[in-house]
Amino acid sequence: MSNTPKEQEKSNLSFEENYIDENIIADKSSRTKEFIKKFMKRKTAVAGLAVIVILVIIAIIGEYIAPYDPAAYDYDNMLAGPSAAHWFGTDHYGRDIFSRILAGTRLTLGVSLSSVIVGAALGTVLGLLAGYYGGVIEMLVMRSSDVLFSFPDILLAIAIVAILGPGIINVFIAVMVFTVPSFARIMRSSTLAVKSSLYVEVAQSLGCKDGRLLFVHIFPGTIQSLIVNFTMRIGSAIMAASSLSFLGFGANVTDPEWGAMLSQSRSYLNVAPHMVYLPGLVIFITVLAFNLFGDGLRDTLDPKIK
Amino acid sequence: MEKILSLKNVSKTFPVGKTLLGKPDKFVHAVNNVSFDVYQGETFSIVGESGCGKSTTGRLINHLLAPDSGEIHFMGKEITKLTQDEMRPMRKDMQMIFQDPAGSLNPRMRVEDLIAEPLLIHTNMNKAERMNVVNELLGIVGLSSKHAKRYPHEFSGGQKQRIGIARALTVNPKLIIADEPISALDVSIQAQVLNLLHNLQEKFSLTYVFISHDLSVVEMISDRIAVMYLGFVVETAPKELLYQNSLHPYTKALLSAVPIPDPGHHKERIILEGDIPSTIDLPKGCPFAARCRACKPECLEQRPVTREVEPGHFVSCHLYK
Repeated sequence: MSNTPKEQEKSNLSFEENYIDENIIADKSSRTKEFIKKFMKRKTAVAGLAVIVILVIIAIIGEYIAPYDPAAYDYDNMLAGPSAAHWFGTDHYGRDIFSRILAGTRLTLGVSLSSVIVGAALGTVLGLLAGYYGGVIEMLVMRSSDVLFSFPDILLAIAIVAILGPGIINVFIAVMVFTVPSFARIMRSSTLAVKSSLYVEVAQSLGCKDGRLLFVHIFPGTIQSLIVNFTMRIGSAIMAASSLSFLGFGANVTDPEWGAMLSQSRSYLNVAPHMVYLPGLVIFITVLAFNLFGDGLRDTLDPKIK
Repeated sequence: MEKILSLKNVSKTFPVGKTLLGKPDKFVHAVNNVSFDVYQGETFSIVGESGCGKSTTGRLINHLLAPDSGEIHFMGKEITKLTQDEMRPMRKDMQMIFQDPAGSLNPRMRVEDLIAEPLLIHTNMNKAERMNVVNELLGIVGLSSKHAKRYPHEFSGGQKQRIGIARALTVNPKLIIADEPISALDVSIQAQVLNLLHNLQEKFSLTYVFISHDLSVVEMISDRIAVMYLGFVVETAPKELLYQNSLHPYTKALLSAVPIPDPGHHKERIILEGDIPSTIDLPKGCPFAARCRACKPECLEQRPVTREVEPGHFVSCHLYK
């Protein structure tokens, strides 16, 4: 092991002097730096992150920077195409589409993000418990996940909304429900992997209680896969929430929600195609940004990929 | 001397095969009918080749595994039937050091938190008191308090093992089970850690159960030694008796394999023929019979009984009756 002359010399030192190694290079901040460096190499992921940051800013201040009142009718300018006055054109009531997209960002992102956050929290707890305790809990959690998995996401969401009735809260519940099993599954398998590591056995031999074992020793080891899955799921949550609104199950048609806007524009496809493709493009870019960011994050966190 | 730990006919099997209905039908017999006593203040070593059940024995003593049968008494209390909750207070007196120093430290915890963990579990000390203990222990194991804020990956293998030792010492245990504590380390570091363990034993009057496959290390550190083969203890003796007058043919073969750093030295090397029998289907007679030079017909038919052939020297072999 010790081949360099310096190390050789060191191992010749007396027992007391040898062990205090001053040449410790890696510390926590350099690990973070390395992570950022590795992430920055992935151009598409960086672009995705940039779009996400812009979207979040718009979600917060969108209403205030919108050039027009998103709900103001303008009967002189109905179905107008994109122009200097109306960048994205106007809809069938003459409302400025650009302003509506800005104002709707909060609604669309809010529903998707909150449903993924709540779904991820539930799925994580279930997956942790299933992986840690095994037995009946594991069987119940995993088999019910399998049942939910057997439906295509959007079909399941439609079924839930059909039962609960339309409305933005019910969209949130529907998206949340189909988010839970994917987190339960991923967390169960990472929990199993971390649980079998030696340091968890050591913690057991020290006398750690279950709660401490789970949350201090096992959970931190699973966070990486949790974060990656989280970013990936946001994309599909936006898709699902917009789709539900498009189908008329979600937001109120007068709300500037992106999917609802698409739904409204359907009848004017021939006269005013900009009403369809501009909100559609925004949804597309948003989903793409979250997916690219998630991919990049996954690759960066994978030590096997340089 | 006072007995601190006593194993009586302890056996442990692990299921391997399963029938169609999911019932296990094959078992690995990892530890078979193992009995020994460990006395206060001594170093009791368990040696044997890999897969002979020494680590499983360590985990059984530490109650990380529950034996199928047999009794384990620790400080006068039977522990095999205890639940983890009932066992927790006993763990204060029984700590373990593991073979893989890197794997045994949670990579996401700072050294101070790693070492303070047993204190958090077993005492009501506040943070400042815990940090005092941590800093003191870091000094005792040859690190310094400036290492406390670092993460395990910033240390070398030997240093990590020192952290593991410091952690085992925090709650003033009576017994330390050291499961191959130095086999993952460089030879030069091995000596340092052995010296450290030896000094700590004197300082804190510790009892060690030292698990190893390295006979020269065991000779250096032990008071008494148990030799294991195929999950059986074949010979138990004080160190001097075992190294000068080994009786069991397996022990003799093992000792003949210890290299002697003298090019002029010629000794008879006993080469064992054949393979270790399967631990799934244990041999009917003596576990070592298939590879033993002195094998008699009786050895294939009957399990030998453990006998005390001279004071403190136990051997289970049909040659000694």
